[in-house]
Amino acid sequence: MTFIKPKFRHPDLPKNKLGYTLSFYEGALSTLCAGCGHDSISAAIIQSAFEMNIEPHKLAKLSGIGCSSKTPTYFLGNSHGFNSVHGRMPSVATGANMANKDLIYLGVSGDGDTASIGMGQFVHVIRRNLKMIYIVMNNGCYGLTKGQDSATADNGSISKAGIVNQFQAIDLCGLAIELGATFVAQSFSGDKKQLIPLIKAAMAHNGFAFINVISPCVTFNNNKGSTKSYDFVRDHLEATGTFDFVPEMEEITTNYESGEKHAIKLHDGSLLQFNKLDNDWDPLDRFSAMKAVHQAREKNEIITGLLYLNQGAMDLHELVNTCDRPLNTLKKEDLCPGNGALANINAGLR
Amino acid sequence: MQPTDIKNPEYFHKVVDCQYACPAHTPVPEYIRLISQEKYTEAYMINWESNVFPGVLGRTCDRPCEPACRRGRIEEEPVAICRLKRVAADNKGEVKPFMPQGPFSFNGKKIALVGGGPASLTVARDLAPLGYEIHLFDEQIKGGGFMRSQIPSFRLPESVLDEEVNYILDLGIHTHFNHFVNSMEELLSQDYDAVFVGTGAPKGRDLPDLPGRNEGAKNIHIGINWLANVAFEHTTNIGKKVIVLGGGNTAMDCCRTSRRLGGESVKVVVRSPYSEMKASPWEKEDAMHEDIPIVDNHVPIEFVVENGVLKGMNFEKVTPIIENGKRKLVPTGEPLVFIEADDVLIAIGQENSFPWIERSAGIDFDKWGMPVVDTLTHASSHPKVFFGGDSAWGPKNVITAVAHGHQAAISIDLACRSLPLTQRPSPFVNLVSQKMGLHEWAYESDVVNDVRYTVAQADKKVTLSNRKTEVELGFTKHEGCKEAERCLNCDIQTVFVEDKCIECDACVDICPTTCITFIDNAEEDELRQLLNMPALNTSQDLYVSAPLKTKRVMVKDEDVCLHCGLCAERCPTSAWDMHKFLYKVTKAG
Repeated sequence: MTFIKPKFRHPDLPKNKLGYTLSFYEGALSTLCAGCGHDSISAAIIQSAFEMNIEPHKLAKLSGIGCSSKTPTYFLGNSHGFNSVHGRMPSVATGANMANKDLIYLGVSGDGDTASIGMGQFVHVIRRNLKMIYIVMNNGCYGLTKGQDSATADNGSISKAGIVNQFQAIDLCGLAIELGATFVAQSFSGDKKQLIPLIKAAMAHNGFAFINVISPCVTFNNNKGSTKSYDFVRDHLEATGTFDFVPEMEEITTNYESGEKHAIKLHDGSLLQFNKLDNDWDPLDRFSAMKAVHQAREKNEIITGLLYLNQGAMDLHELVNTCDRPLNTLKKEDLCPGNGALANINAGLR
Repeated sequence: MQPTDIKNPEYFHKVVDCQYACPAHTPVPEYIRLISQEKYTEAYMINWESNVFPGVLGRTCDRPCEPACRRGRIEEEPVAICRLKRVAADNKGEVKPFMPQGPFSFNGKKIALVGGGPASLTVARDLAPLGYEIHLFDEQIKGGGFMRSQIPSFRLPESVLDEEVNYILDLGIHTHFNHFVNSMEELLSQDYDAVFVGTGAPKGRDLPDLPGRNEGAKNIHIGINWLANVAFEHTTNIGKKVIVLGGGNTAMDCCRTSRRLGGESVKVVVRSPYSEMKASPWEKEDAMHEDIPIVDNHVPIEFVVENGVLKGMNFEKVTPIIENGKRKLVPTGEPLVFIEADDVLIAIGQENSFPWIERSAGIDFDKWGMPVVDTLTHASSHPKVFFGGDSAWGPKNVITAVAHGHQAAISIDLACRSLPLTQRPSPFVNLVSQKMGLHEWAYESDVVNDVRYTVAQADKKVTLSNRKTEVELGFTKHEGCKEAERCLNCDIQTVFVEDKCIECDACVDICPTTCITFIDNAEEDELRQLLNMPALNTSQDLYVSAPLKTKRVMVKDEDVCLHCGLCAERCPTSAWDMHKFLYKVTKAG
């Protein structure tokens, strides 16, 4: 077994604005099964962080337990990391974000970690609109414990052992929109062209950004009859449209024809460009997004792309009205007004 | 692009850059791997079969393989392929039992080889075991040709040369040394079934028209003749101040030999700029290490002779300029530069010379006095006469002469069996999976980070005092092993099977050098630009699959592939596998 990736890289690797090559954003060599969709998502995260010119020390990656939650070891090796308790990643992320709002928080979770043991945490972090990126690597099974059906396994999907799933699946995107998540996207690990701009847009979003990524488990859930296999997902993909993310500083060269293409300006000045395929759907309209999700489910399709975006909502720091400086930088002299102030207050109460 | 035809052995052959660049196509990675396993005898025999003179070439080869080495595109320095060959030769065990064992039963055909250099000796080695009666003619007292007369002993000890020449002569070759063949017609009138001409390029260029050339003749020597005189000990000393004219490897050998025969102030003076000199970089370094300055951009104008004694030479300083895309040397206008000298060695090139071939012998010559020789078959216009080595197309090097010898031997064998010369044998090719287990390979797939090891040299005081003391000490076994591990195993090929691929991207994500892309097909020029890393080195091929399920194709840029096997390790369906590719040029018979 090879545990070490050779140190040599392509001699002409481009550098980003910080002067780093892609390899600076890599992590350790993956120990997941060969062909795991999670590795592709890791690669998409690496590419996104490179293209977004993120300073590695300005990002914290957090995860729970599971195959998915192992992946932070395999990307962004120079960033902060916290591999937390099963299903409790949102709490740790909330705490970290409260203490230091200056970092980018990238949470990675799986279908078990989110839709089963961590469901309570998941719904509440959405309610609070915590500014973070929350990626679910969704393979519909418990890969780390030999592939039992998870809560996101579709009704009727056949497991590797040949057993048909009797239960209804939890649709994480539908749930997130329902609960008022402000950025909801769905993608496929095998489609980096779509996934990378989605992650980049999520990084630029001011609020809770949720991306549910269908990520086939090659070992336990890539069989015929499974609805989370490479073949099934490719056959049933229904992209909401082509999609691109344009950072603030870049000149826009694409021509827009009204009715066909949309551009949405994000709060940091960057642009989301859409080329809509389905005229009935509007990603800025929650009802329309809900409808699109339900329709796709009816038609047995997997709808992908940015499903819903709400830029108006306040994130948690704005909601609780914290100060501009990160709380972890406040010293005793900032927090303790001193005897004089106390005496004044006391005097006011006399 | 059309899908790559990996069944054509030339595709994977080209991926093994070193072997492809070698004129004799020696399976380099194969023997380097054996060296890392300390199997020196086996490594030697792979070399011997392919290039005939591993010990000689391991010291003196022009190394066309090393500039081609993939490692040089990935980090600074290529693998020290040449010096690894010497490790095999230095540490081998008994090799004779693995060589063809005579006596061979006579097949009724007699072959004459004119010249005893590497080309002729290769023909002899290939044909003798087939039962041919081989007669080898050379004017020297021993076989080896220019390897003996031109390459100084401090680079190539006589014992090494003797050993490898004798492996061939011991196959039962009839040698006729001290025998200058002076008539092709006479040779053809004898009962030889074929004649091979391997007489090299024996005539050193002179500067006959330079003023003072005749007056100073006693102390002005032609480089290659002088080297031969030193080798055969007719010349044992030289003046204290020496000028060597020329910028090739012969000039380097002349100046270094001068230092050993009493030359104290030896200078190499060359017309062209230093960077354009023909000498190999390492030979220039070795010369400068022996306190020999190289004076470039100096054009010789005249020999200065006073009272019949050579005093030195005058040179005109020039500067290179580019005019109409051509480099020209233009005088700087400065006064002539006088350089003192007791002796001058002229090493400005060598030429072919065939005074012994009568123009009526039935062999066509072109307007430059060169024989008309078929580049594939080495046949001349005379059905019985074949050429090879420097005598065919002018001066090259030992390894090229060996490659010529193999091909000429094939032609001679075909001719003697009355078969068409164009019926060349196909290469021997083998392609076999290296998979041992889930993540185990039958080759060392780790890529080591070591930089190139340098070969130690003997103390300069010792080597300069004795012409026969070898300068390079060669790698130790340990160094050889470490250097061998730098080899990227380019012969372990990445083989892709379309119908097994599920397009999971695992190979794309893991590839350290971003070689693999799954993409919509396009024409090559466009495709090269669109890959995850643009494939700008057009001398390296793209490996393109047939269309996959999503209609895309897999495109692999062979340029900087590390052959680390990670694509195959991360492939869940074994669509990628690592296969060892062995390619051997088929020899005569």
